[in-house]
Amino acid sequence: MATQFVEEEVATTTTSDQLWREGAELRDAKAPGGPIEGKWHKRQFEAKLVNPANRRKLTVIIVGTGLAGGAAAASLGEAGYNVLNFCYQDSPRRAHSIAAQGGINAAKNYRNDNDSTFRLFYDTVKGGDYRARETNVYRLAEVSAAIIDQCVAQGVPFAREYGGLLDNRSFGGVQVQRTFYARGQTGQQLLIGAYQALERQVAVGTVKMYARHEMLELIVVDGRARGIIARDMVTGEIETHLADAVVLATGGYGNVFFLSTNAMGCNVTAGWRAHRKGAYFGNPCYTQIHPTCIPVHGETQSKLTLMSESLRNDGRIWVPKRAEDCDKDPRQIAEQDRDYYLERIYPAFGNLVPRDIASRQAKNMCDEGRGVGPAVNEKQTDGSIRNIRRGVYLDFADVISRIGRDGVAARYGNLFDMYAQITAEDPYETPMRIYPAVHYTMGGVWVDYDLMTTITGLYATGECNFSDHGANRLGASALMQGLADGYFVLPNTINDYLADAPFPKVSPDDPAVLEAVAGVKERIDTLLSIDGSRTVDSFHKELGHIMWEYCGMERTDAGLKRAIGLIRELKAEFWRDVKVTGVNEDFNQALERAGRVADFFELGELMCIDALHRRESCGGHFRAESQTPDGEALRHDEEFLYVGAWEYAGDTPVLHKEPLEYEYIELKQRSYK
Amino acid sequence: MNITLRVWRQAHGAPKGGMQTYQMQDVSPDMSFLEMLDLLNEKLTVEGIEPVAFDHDCREGICGMCGVVIDGSAHGRGASPVPTTTCQLHMRSFADGATIDVEPWRAGGFPVIKDLVVDRTAFDRIIQAGGFISVNTGSAPDANAAPVSKVDSDRAFDAATCIGCGACVAACPNGSAMLFTSAKITHLAMLPQGQPERWSRVKGMVAQHDAEGFGNCTNIGECAAVCPKEIPLDMISELNRELMHALFKKDAK
Amino acid sequence: MATTTLSPRARAVRSSVAMKALMAVTGLIMIGFLLMHMYGNLKVFLGAEAFDHYAHWLKGDILYPLIPSGWFIWIFRAFMLAAIVLHAASAVHLWRKANAARGSSYVTTNRLQQSYAARTMRWGGVILVGFLVFHLLQFTAQVIKTGWNSGAGPYEMFVVSFQQWWLVLAYALWMVAVCMHIRHGFWSAAATLGANTSLASRRVWNGLAYCVAVLLYVGFMIAPLAVLFGVVK
Repeated sequence: MATQFVEEEVATTTTSDQLWREGAELRDAKAPGGPIEGKWHKRQFEAKLVNPANRRKLTVIIVGTGLAGGAAAASLGEAGYNVLNFCYQDSPRRAHSIAAQGGINAAKNYRNDNDSTFRLFYDTVKGGDYRARETNVYRLAEVSAAIIDQCVAQGVPFAREYGGLLDNRSFGGVQVQRTFYARGQTGQQLLIGAYQALERQVAVGTVKMYARHEMLELIVVDGRARGIIARDMVTGEIETHLADAVVLATGGYGNVFFLSTNAMGCNVTAGWRAHRKGAYFGNPCYTQIHPTCIPVHGETQSKLTLMSESLRNDGRIWVPKRAEDCDKDPRQIAEQDRDYYLERIYPAFGNLVPRDIASRQAKNMCDEGRGVGPAVNEKQTDGSIRNIRRGVYLDFADVISRIGRDGVAARYGNLFDMYAQITAEDPYETPMRIYPAVHYTMGGVWVDYDLMTTITGLYATGECNFSDHGANRLGASALMQGLADGYFVLPNTINDYLADAPFPKVSPDDPAVLEAVAGVKERIDTLLSIDGSRTVDSFHKELGHIMWEYCGMERTDAGLKRAIGLIRELKAEFWRDVKVTGVNEDFNQALERAGRVADFFELGELMCIDALHRRESCGGHFRAESQTPDGEALRHDEEFLYVGAWEYAGDTPVLHKEPLEYEYIELKQRSYK
Repeated sequence: MNITLRVWRQAHGAPKGGMQTYQMQDVSPDMSFLEMLDLLNEKLTVEGIEPVAFDHDCREGICGMCGVVIDGSAHGRGASPVPTTTCQLHMRSFADGATIDVEPWRAGGFPVIKDLVVDRTAFDRIIQAGGFISVNTGSAPDANAAPVSKVDSDRAFDAATCIGCGACVAACPNGSAMLFTSAKITHLAMLPQGQPERWSRVKGMVAQHDAEGFGNCTNIGECAAVCPKEIPLDMISELNRELMHALFKKDAK
Repeated sequence: MATTTLSPRARAVRSSVAMKALMAVTGLIMIGFLLMHMYGNLKVFLGAEAFDHYAHWLKGDILYPLIPSGWFIWIFRAFMLAAIVLHAASAVHLWRKANAARGSSYVTTNRLQQSYAARTMRWGGVILVGFLVFHLLQFTAQVIKTGWNSGAGPYEMFVVSFQQWWLVLAYALWMVAVCMHIRHGFWSAAATLGANTSLASRRVWNGLAYCVAVLLYVGFMIAPLAVLFGVVK
């Protein structure tokens, strides 16, 4: 097996403050040469094949059952492989892909409005602020149309027009109508389609499902990923599962911020364990922060809820001009005392500026003390507590007076109802309160064109990998990527690796396996035996505060350095003073959470280091030191046109740069003034 | 708010459990019900008592993972002004000083794992018995090849909104999973893509429903009354019609 | 999962849904019978001759000469008995399954939808059968004589019986149970047979169920009351 990347002659350097080291440059060696339109076909042709009769002798482990994992498990099962599929929920249908609202992009050009594979490719790369790999994104656009075909054939009830054909809408600021949707529940419907395909394979026996199982370690034997250690979350049994290849489809790590729109169980453990075993982590600091979420109501809040971005089409965002007006009834604040700040700062785009800008300005307004809604306590950089309001108004009074209450209800009725149920406020009467929240992580496990990580035989798909969204994800493309990876990419690339199988048989008594099992058990025993005074959640919340404050919407050199210190202190305290009740041999949710939070500490530290080293503003990553004279994001393509892939090396990770080459798309600086 | 909670506690593997009473102070009316349980668990953990196990994940009412019976109704529907999942129920729906009973789903088909957590894998097996369209990846015709009338497509969608939470079973005096099963039958029966397997699907899924130990439907309507996604009772009637029709259709070889 | 070796159709035939359909069909047959019975009873207002003649005709030459005179009533009785037995047997079978399916009971229960009629279908059904036995022993087998002597005609039996207030009261209560059973049963049969197609049709069928129940109650009770209050002598 060839190595996954080309090591070049780059001297290993060490940064002045010793937070990271720089290693050899990294290159994707799998994308074939030639014109971009032909690369995927060429790769499919050149990939080695596995005889259908031999496939059932090969075992593939897939961790995760969301769009990427569920689709891959179903497709590999159909192909005839022996698939073992794991999820931490009680059923594969619960994966958090289910919560996506808006839609899924596909270059079908059903609307006859100049859409094409190339345009979708172009929009996605540009939306990613030129930090994604051209080859991967082109392939994504190329297979997008087949995803829609596949889903419709499975019975996914996309929105239709009266003529019986599929409806489309425009989404996320692009100028073509290429988004397919299923009311506000596109993710749910796509996931159920994949889930049904998966259950069909479970019924015929090609896929064996392990629900309520959590991957806690990767087994690497002779440089190849050969299995996982999983904990049965009902009995606590530590199980060894061996295979010929392992696929991670474990979603994003937004929960490192504690409060996010992710599901409560979303975690980084599978990816992080793989990282510790040699898988590089790509662009960990790239986090998407969505501007329109329901604000935090108090310190006991456990999660944030997204309100569709479409609300900004008609809502006007404002805060009071004077801080003393902030606790007034918004309807009593006169027009001249309101600051419609997005319209003021960005007269051309107004309330429709991109997600990252809308989010950052909302934070700025609140930091100035002009936020609205209930005040919550926040720990400041100096350790003091500040009582601050975190919310801005999203006001529909104008549109209600223009098209009437019924007209607004027809457009946004379900969103208004959802808002009213959560906040007990009627958005038809008083303005909504919104605030940005973490909702997607573009970073993830580094993969090559074949979706293989830097560990031979270990793959990463969907949000779990770093590949297709660069520094910022365009609306309606997360679902597209998950399904593209699961249905079409992985099933056509993993065979290239499996064609060399069977690999030497691994015994459950192999030293590498025994070491992995022992490591998992030791870690669990440690967590259970600390018996300190603080709950897991209290640590998680504190970590979340640090991440949000210093590695959230706006990052500074000093802040990130401070965050790294704080995280290290907190991590030490965690291992000294956490309290995990119960025993391992039981259904023990406290223990599950403790393991996840322990990994979030290490990830959080790496995110801060990645953010620190990238001294530019791009996409979801705004560095205060890198802005234009009028306060806008400033990229530095000459210095940072690369993927930051991090190798695990204890406290001092090693940075490998994968240069990004733009052959087909011209680099431009974004401007919304 | 101050709340008295009576929560079902049942050890893993124990045949029985019982209600435990906990006093909760400083509950904010803006908390969701599950955040209130988080608060209880934080308190219990600090006191060295094992926290209450309960299932939950997305906390935005879509994944179907959460679900407990609150004051006798699934997802606390009796306390909520609108259809809801447990995670979307808020404490403002309860009076200050209230005593709230929290129990797991109870049904023969949903054995209790621990405290408020039950095993709902029977639902997956019902889907395995035919709740899909057999189309291998890559073999699909163009998405617009088969038009679907808006009426059928909307009906399919209404059925497809089911989140598989199991509230219907929990609320049913017969422990029946007919609403869940009928939602999938209706979803796929309405679409042209679902036609080739239409009759085998209903036969297989209904047989599996019974084999899992779920009861029969007596058309009472408790299921639809608690359904967070408002799956209507007429979907069960649809299933009945489909099954009777299927009795006159040959099995595939 | 003992039935997995059966063919899909065989499993479907044995399913709870098919059994419910059987209950629904037999139940509707009984409702049809009751409507007919009620109509016959109203002939009491036409006087002794008309009533007795009608009763005589029922036991006499219906379908004669296709079948011998007097056979029809026995064929009909066998048919009704089969309906009752099938209805009750499937009810018992499903009841037992539902008991197992329900699992352990809740400490607190708050039913949001269930009507009293729906909740009492099973025990109500048992009570109905008990009183049905009494009713048949009284008017068909004429073993229990409520005030008349052997050889009394149908009209005489009817009038003599219902001149006693306690018997009218007993029948009034029984009919409450019957009509409650029908209130839920009629709607449930329609739904089971697939006639509930929308929220609107659910309302229509429930409305119809009320109509049938009320019609039967009024239709059955009007004659005994007329007797009790001396309108019919």
